[in-house]
Amino acid sequence: MKRAFPILAVLTVALLCYGLYQALWVAPTEKTMGDVQRIFYYHVPSAWTAGVLFLVNFLASIAYLMSRNPKADALAVAAAEVGVVFCTIVLVTGPIWARPVWGIWWTWDLRLTLTLVLWLIYVSYLLLRRFSTSGQTPVMAAVLAIFGTLDIPLVYFSIWFFRTQHPQPVIGGGGSIDPRMLHAFFVNLIAFTCFGALICWARYRLEVLRREVEETQALESLLEPRSAR
Amino acid sequence: MSYLYAAYIITWVIHIAYMGTLVRRYRQLRQEMEDLKRR
Repeated sequence: MKRAFPILAVLTVALLCYGLYQALWVAPTEKTMGDVQRIFYYHVPSAWTAGVLFLVNFLASIAYLMSRNPKADALAVAAAEVGVVFCTIVLVTGPIWARPVWGIWWTWDLRLTLTLVLWLIYVSYLLLRRFSTSGQTPVMAAVLAIFGTLDIPLVYFSIWFFRTQHPQPVIGGGGSIDPRMLHAFFVNLIAFTCFGALICWARYRLEVLRREVEETQALESLLEPRSAR
Repeated sequence: MSYLYAAYIITWVIHIAYMGTLVRRYRQLRQEMEDLKRR
């Protein structure tokens, strides 16, 4: 598995470069918004990847609660942290796109607010992991993660069920889109998903190593003679 | 165009900064592990 990492990293970087080329130079300019619409090729794939990572966190949390397997807990932490990074990008690129198109950086629209709430839930999750010293922290975090996941369908369906400032989806929502735009979008969607998975994998390995160091330190303090303390 | 470039640049600044923290944390842990093994 360790050998596969650099190969996958090279492939992902190549895919990201191809995605960037498609987004900036190949996809046609949108008529109403102009070039700023190209933010779409980073904004939506980032949101998708964040959603996938939070879903991984949810599944790993359930697995941990059922089996108490520390590897599932380590995967949950890794997925949540990387998911927060992607969700941060969504919350940053969204206002940059909104300013020239809507004339405002932010509005307390349902989708935007629920996305901010989602980000806050997972930041709370990471703060709980970071600062709680209780032995029950992984269990509490897993329960929080399960409740946090409930916000994901609310974010997704908010634009379907409520009248919001955020536009309806063009893909899969009955709208038409230029095939070159669709191609650029899917290339970036795949590239960001691979990139998210790769970073999550690296973060998982880091978490496993951190736990090994902690265990070794604990073992050493037990084995140390009393006089040496 | 400046909004477009700002969005793309900020995206990669965030990703690169995060990857930088991962590398730094990994090196620290490797060092700690080496120190523990040497004792």
